[in-house]
Amino acid sequence: MTEHALMSDPGTSGRFGDYGGRYVPESLIPACHEIEAAFRDAWADPGFRDRLTTLLTVYAGRPTPLTPAHRLSRELGITLLLKREDLTHTGSHKINNVVGQALLAQRMGKRRLLAETGAGQHGVATATAAALLGLRATVFMGERDIERQELNVLRMHVLGAEVVPVTTGSRTLKDACNEAMRHWVASVDDSYYCLGSVMGPHPYPWMVREFQRVIGEEARAQCAAELPAAVPDYVVACIGGGSNAAGTFAGFVDTTARLVGVEAEGGAAATFGRAGVLHGFRSLVLQDEHGQVQEAHSVAAGLDYPGIGPEHAHLRDGGRARYETVTDAEVVRALVRLARTEGIVAALESSHALAWVIRAAESGGIAPGSTVLLTLSGRGDKDIASIKELL
Amino acid sequence: MTTSLEEFLTARRAAGRRLLVPYVTAGAAPGWTDVVRAYADAGADAVEIGFPFSDPMLDGVTIQEASDRAIAAGTTVTEILREVTALDVGVPLVAMTYGNLVFQRSGAEFCAALATSGLRGLIVPDVPLEEAGDLADAAAKEHLDLVLLAAPSTSRDRLRQIAGRSRGFVYALTRMGTTGERGEVPEQAARLGRDLKELTDLPVLFGFGVSSPAQAAELARHADGVVVASALMRRLLDGARPRELGEYVASIRRALDGAVDREPDEHATLPRHRRRPDPQDQVGPLPRG
Repeated sequence: MTEHALMSDPGTSGRFGDYGGRYVPESLIPACHEIEAAFRDAWADPGFRDRLTTLLTVYAGRPTPLTPAHRLSRELGITLLLKREDLTHTGSHKINNVVGQALLAQRMGKRRLLAETGAGQHGVATATAAALLGLRATVFMGERDIERQELNVLRMHVLGAEVVPVTTGSRTLKDACNEAMRHWVASVDDSYYCLGSVMGPHPYPWMVREFQRVIGEEARAQCAAELPAAVPDYVVACIGGGSNAAGTFAGFVDTTARLVGVEAEGGAAATFGRAGVLHGFRSLVLQDEHGQVQEAHSVAAGLDYPGIGPEHAHLRDGGRARYETVTDAEVVRALVRLARTEGIVAALESSHALAWVIRAAESGGIAPGSTVLLTLSGRGDKDIASIKELL
Repeated sequence: MTTSLEEFLTARRAAGRRLLVPYVTAGAAPGWTDVVRAYADAGADAVEIGFPFSDPMLDGVTIQEASDRAIAAGTTVTEILREVTALDVGVPLVAMTYGNLVFQRSGAEFCAALATSGLRGLIVPDVPLEEAGDLADAAAKEHLDLVLLAAPSTSRDRLRQIAGRSRGFVYALTRMGTTGERGEVPEQAARLGRDLKELTDLPVLFGFGVSSPAQAAELARHADGVVVASALMRRLLDGARPRELGEYVASIRRALDGAVDREPDEHATLPRHRRRPDPQDQVGPLPRG
């Protein structure tokens, strides 16, 4: 038996090394099987792929540009290239996955999309794709996140989605996931659970990574055109569940590029987590000594998740990717610095990746002259109100 | 040799009894072990003890709230096992919890700890058939019955596999959805009960949404008995004392016994007042291991 190549098809077990799997109630097993079969079929169907590519092009604004960050690069003594997912329709990489899953749901004859959301970006993307394809959307969002991300809640309402406040537990993304899954169990006949990150039961971690792979593949080709060495020395992305990082890494996993995922210090499952089972998969999870899952805390609602996608845990264990943490203060400084050197207001989530690059370049962790590809996963408009107090 | 959960339930069923398994979240109220005793005194055939988890995916608001309370009160697996060890109620105790607590160290260690504390069964709703292999082996080694769940959405072929792998009983979900009280008995439950009874000799117990004695009796006609959870935990959260919870269990007990009496094909001609033999006379209390 040969080991699967990194970031390939995990097979029917949905395992990435020790991680992944399908830890869901029996009631959801048939739905997971159905989605896996539908995705395998669609992904092998050129007609489906064409339709997805067309929508990503004429609707979502792909391919996204690769922007050299000239002034900031000069300050840091490196070559920094930004993969501009912030320029997609709805303003974050979430749209890549959602258009794919919404097309799949439609193909499966489902009438409604269910989604969880933290910062609201995945919720907005789901509401958008649902409107585009004539599906209904129900989005579960923690009460605390609703307060923090009022603008995205309004956007979802305008798009015709129902936003359900989640009042249990920490009232953030983790609880929104619980609630979305509970709702899915009860409505699995007509509803499709449009999961927003590389997490959940098989096939989601694999499927979402495949739908996000477009980031890495475009970036790989763009780097080849932009860089004399064709491949950057570093490929960096922020990690909550880890979907933009997974999509980016997938384009570079077979190169010499060093892969770096950057977590919020208060939600760093890859750094401080232990193996556990949450939301249908086995991975690294922030939990207390007794096994109760802990709340994640960061300035970026989209990173407030106490686990990471199972494939990231596997990449970490094998040493193919490394995972770093940054503080809220570093993140806010990085956001402002990019805004003032490049005229780009990045999302707080994406600013985590940037904060690590700045720290590493300034401390010699990244050698001078290095080339760095950074996925700017989303735009920061939604965060302006929340960073006002932090400036 | 001690009596296993499966042997105990099967013997009680053989005595003509509809099985009743009430649930309590450990630590949800001070003195929760008195609730276990009250259940046993009220005619429970086994008691399901929930080990509270922060993210109980399959549970509705009532059990989530009970779990949150228990965790906030400092309830831990170690503490629950310590209290359970001191419990001797004459019927088997079954642990119900989520995979993250089971796999903290390893499934084998968890099963060993449960068995040492005298528990006879384990239910882990987020560990389905495909993920249950190693855990089932570990449980079997400790003579702990790993109970698997079956849902209305489960295919007949899968039901066969689940029935083949489950021990103790098969936990049949009355409906798609989470735990919680609901009104009617869905047709899909009746169908699932029928299918399972065709496929296995294991006791088949319905759970989820059992919210009144009459409904419990109705459900029990389609299987061997019921698990009652949210209806009891709602009362506990509202401040019911162990004695009151015991009275509620007793009312379900009476309804189930009545269901046996009223079963049309066998007992329709029995006069209503005639007492059936007490199954306790035939199947004695569980000897402690």
